Amino acid sequence: MNEAQRLIELIPRLRRYARALVGDRASADDLVQDTLERAWMKLHLYRRGTDLRAWLFTVMHNVHVNKVRSARATDPLEDEMPELAQRGAQGDALMVRDLERSIARLPAEQRAVLLLVTLEEMSYEQVARTLGIPIGTVMSRLSRAREKLRALMLGQGAAAKLKVVK
Amino acid sequence: MSAAPITEADLQAYADGRLDAERRGEVEAWLAARPDEAERIDAYRRLGEELRGLYDPVLSEALPPALAGAALPLRRRWSRFAAVASWVALGAAVGAIGGWELRDSRTVAAPAADVGALMARRAAVAHVTYSPEVRHPVEVGADQEAHLVAWLSKRVGAPLRAPKLEAVGYSLVGGRLLPGDNGPVAHFMYQTNRGTRITLYVRTEIAGNRETAFRYAREGNVSVFYWVDRKLGYALSSADISKDDLLKVANAVYQQLNP
Repeated sequence: MNEAQRLIELIPRLRRYARALVGDRASADDLVQDTLERAWMKLHLYRRGTDLRAWLFTVMHNVHVNKVRSARATDPLEDEMPELAQRGAQGDALMVRDLERSIARLPAEQRAVLLLVTLEEMSYEQVARTLGIPIGTVMSRLSRAREKLRALMLGQGAAAKLKVVK
Repeated sequence: MSAAPITEADLQAYADGRLDAERRGEVEAWLAARPDEAERIDAYRRLGEELRGLYDPVLSEALPPALAGAALPLRRRWSRFAAVASWVALGAAVGAIGGWELRDSRTVAAPAADVGALMARRAAVAHVTYSPEVRHPVEVGADQEAHLVAWLSKRVGAPLRAPKLEAVGYSLVGGRLLPGDNGPVAHFMYQTNRGTRITLYVRTEIAGNRETAFRYAREGNVSVFYWVDRKLGYALSSADISKDDLLKVANAVYQQLNP
């Protein structure tokens, strides 16, 4: 009962993570919906007293991985994902779209770690548990994600500058 | 005093603000001598801020109906919560527009960051869960009021009182113990002689908030007035009476508890 309440309260956070993870709003909400349905079915497997948020994000992670796998069997997760469709729903600021686009271009596994750390502000241990990977892997993915994101943003900044100069 | 060498993991944790003071000082000293690294780590920190700036607004967006209905597979075992879920989800959306602007205007978009608002939401969930109950609205009835209050005080860990609200038309039905996010919560139910019910949710351990004014939130069709008084947080909920009438009761509760 208490878990059900807390699960409901976590929905906005699932949505935030999903939006950043998959890019556009409709796909993100599809992911949240599938996650919730799975979570409700599996709630009896959740062990009381353990971290419900980590459990729920694990469910979402698994649902997402399965979706991506079945949607694009030809495109392994480790490769750089092609740019995701952007809707520009967040406004017209060029920087904002650049950031969205750059995040979409991170390898999915790195993106997940970066988002759980920065958006969810999970501890590195929680991220490791949520994604089922060793903490060393969390740290190396985090480091690579940030460096890649920085480079992408710098590159875009440079490109934008060039355009202005021209 | 040779500090452990600074690793990339230290730098990441520094960017996330997760080092203890001592290690943070060591990393800062290390970065001070390496401007390029300092710039890189600062860029990571800024990217984190930009990410949150970009996606935090999702937290306060209205939930689409399809998503609010995603709790429906609960039907069998959790039928009551299915209703509560889709409903509280919708309520959260309404609250985001209606209730939030009444609170002090902090920039934090995350409702979860606000203990009081979270309490209001939990109180609303508890209200819609228990107030329609015909046979089991409470665990201990008003006929055992002394026992009820002693029991809840013991479990919640603070001396509680069940305010007497006959003057505003409500009599005690009884109460129950609820699980809260920080330990047990006391839940009192009152009703008029026509059966209109209100519930009072009382939790402890509201650190840092010594006292607050009444605040109002709306979750779905439930109105909630909530406030903090010393270490106790109170939330008074109703789905049936007007905001003004509920405020009168909230005032009566407050006066009873602070004679």
